[in-house]
Amino acid sequence: MADRIAAAFAGHGRRAALMPYLMGGFPDLATSHAVAEACADAGADLAELGVPFSDPLADGPTIHAAATEALAAGTTVDDVLGVCDSVAARLPVLLMVYANTVLAGGAEAFVGRAANAGAAGLIVPDLPHDEATELRAACDSRGLALVPLVAPTTAADRLAAIGQDARGFVYTVSLTGTTGERGELPPELSALVERVRAAAAPTPVAVGFGIATAEQARGVGEIADGVIVGSRVVRAAGDGGAEAVRELVGELGRALEP
Amino acid sequence: MSEPAATARPLDRRFGAYGGRYVPETLIPALDELEAAWVEARADPAFAEELAVLLRDYAGRPTPLYRARRLSEAAGRTVYLKREDLLHTGAHKLNNALGQALLARRMGKARIIAETGAGQHGVATATACALLGLECVVYMGSEDMRRQRPNVERMGLLGAEVAPVEAGARTLKEAVSEAIRDWVTNAGHSHYVLGSAVGPAPYPALVRDLQRVIGDEARAQILAAEGRLPDRVIACVGGGSNAIGTFVAFAADADVELIGVEAAGEGIDSGRHSAPLSTGARGILHGSLSAVMQDTDGQIVEAHSVSAGLDYPGSGPEHAHLRDSGRARYVAVTDDDAVAAFRRLCRLEGIVPALEPAHAVAWLLGSGVEAAAGTGPVTANGDGAGLAGGFRASNEGLDLLTLSGRGDKDLAEVLELG
Repeated sequence: MADRIAAAFAGHGRRAALMPYLMGGFPDLATSHAVAEACADAGADLAELGVPFSDPLADGPTIHAAATEALAAGTTVDDVLGVCDSVAARLPVLLMVYANTVLAGGAEAFVGRAANAGAAGLIVPDLPHDEATELRAACDSRGLALVPLVAPTTAADRLAAIGQDARGFVYTVSLTGTTGERGELPPELSALVERVRAAAAPTPVAVGFGIATAEQARGVGEIADGVIVGSRVVRAAGDGGAEAVRELVGELGRALEP
Repeated sequence: MSEPAATARPLDRRFGAYGGRYVPETLIPALDELEAAWVEARADPAFAEELAVLLRDYAGRPTPLYRARRLSEAAGRTVYLKREDLLHTGAHKLNNALGQALLARRMGKARIIAETGAGQHGVATATACALLGLECVVYMGSEDMRRQRPNVERMGLLGAEVAPVEAGARTLKEAVSEAIRDWVTNAGHSHYVLGSAVGPAPYPALVRDLQRVIGDEARAQILAAEGRLPDRVIACVGGGSNAIGTFVAFAADADVELIGVEAAGEGIDSGRHSAPLSTGARGILHGSLSAVMQDTDGQIVEAHSVSAGLDYPGSGPEHAHLRDSGRARYVAVTDDDAVAAFRRLCRLEGIVPALEPAHAVAWLLGSGVEAAAGTGPVTANGDGAGLAGGFRASNEGLDLLTLSGRGDKDLAEVLELG
């Protein structure tokens, strides 16, 4: 299943792979199913599927509010794995899931459930490299990629260690902060991506956090292997459901055409 | 000057299985920096001297250890109270806030972030920032702001900005999350003064080290007063900073029983409580693995306690370890029993305790009431009945209880209950 990630990064025919983020169960469970299909319809190369968590420390207001709303409506982890299962045949799905959700029933058990739902990998934003050994082993044994995150603050020696242990791709956090749309991305982003690429090669490097417009996506697509758009997509799902997401992902995809 | 690194001991990142650093990667360098700064500062005699002078001349340390005669009679044991309620700003929180604010200045961080529930840690941090001329932002749930208006005003007078948090139940858990989000963004020039012995490493060890002054003083004071160590050391536990600061000084005294008193809220069976050590599974909240109240999907559940300072669904990782190792035991006391003990201590000793340590007093009185049934002192409203506890007391028993704060902040809440 992790091989599907490599294939998605190799075969997209764009400047970079496009990876929209959607929140499972938001704005409601049925719509989140439709949003996932819309991402695939509109040409997303991979999808990041958020599992709502009560205390999402890495997320800014848009995704935090979406998680709160999904949970208030009664969304369960199984519901979100159902979304994964129904769309996983069409594109590789990475579950964005907080550490306590993974560990609540045991890491191996969670990885088993994710594998059975067809997930290609996990992204755990509050499980830094030092704490990730056990989960990485569990993912490896089921063919899932545990995708690590790096940040602008990550020092060179740490970056090297993370790059060596990376699976699937390296999720490069563009800025020091939480998720959310930004008017401008940091001017140092290109240098950061180069540092990450040097540490992680041949693993692909994708960039997320802050990317909100087609223009920003194109700019990131020129320097990175993948472009992740989260809060903007979640906002579209909340405002206009699957149709709005289909339109947005289509527009972002066109911005990444060579 | 000696080379700090030569005397520096490493800080605990784990307590048995518990602790760790479950935070976004962005924060790891800030945690590394903080850990290194504290290892260096605590080995630096100049830092220790500056903090000790402030604690003595500004905050009012050492706080007294008071032999509570009428409380002792009621409990059927000799009881000493460690009077953190007499510390400047009215609670033990200032020990930690002063230490961390000095550390922040040493690290060159001019902006301080803090969270607060009832407002005691927010007031302590705002006080330390006023003293040292640091910018201060305090995150506070809007529901807590409504309930604790006087402390909001105090923070404003002290020059702090109080930032309302509208997420979730608008209480302490969400305030901590929002403070961490601020720190993720601003760690370069800001220090986060976490108020309890929770959070990612090095916070549980850092806060314990700064609160250890409670236990170190109390141990020396009771030896001086009684010529022996207490049989039991009792403290309330929310996140657990006053308890760990007390317990750590007695940890090597194997004959001293350590008892942490959690908030049972409306009763453990009601599900509306704040007793993760008594009931919670292993889980991750706010960056550390500890005992956490959660559902089967791993969603953190809302805590409940009449005491805002105990109203938190997690606990310090060192407490979880002390529980598992059997070195300390943890019990829980309901809202009703804590409020009854609050009133009783007012009448018995002329001390208005905060609702947090009133839980510890309630447990103590519960044990006394059980042992002295029929012969115990009569109280005005008979409110000793039904108190928790369950420890058979003896008149030879010697107890030390940390009275972590005073109850001025709780008057409205208690009076409203009638």
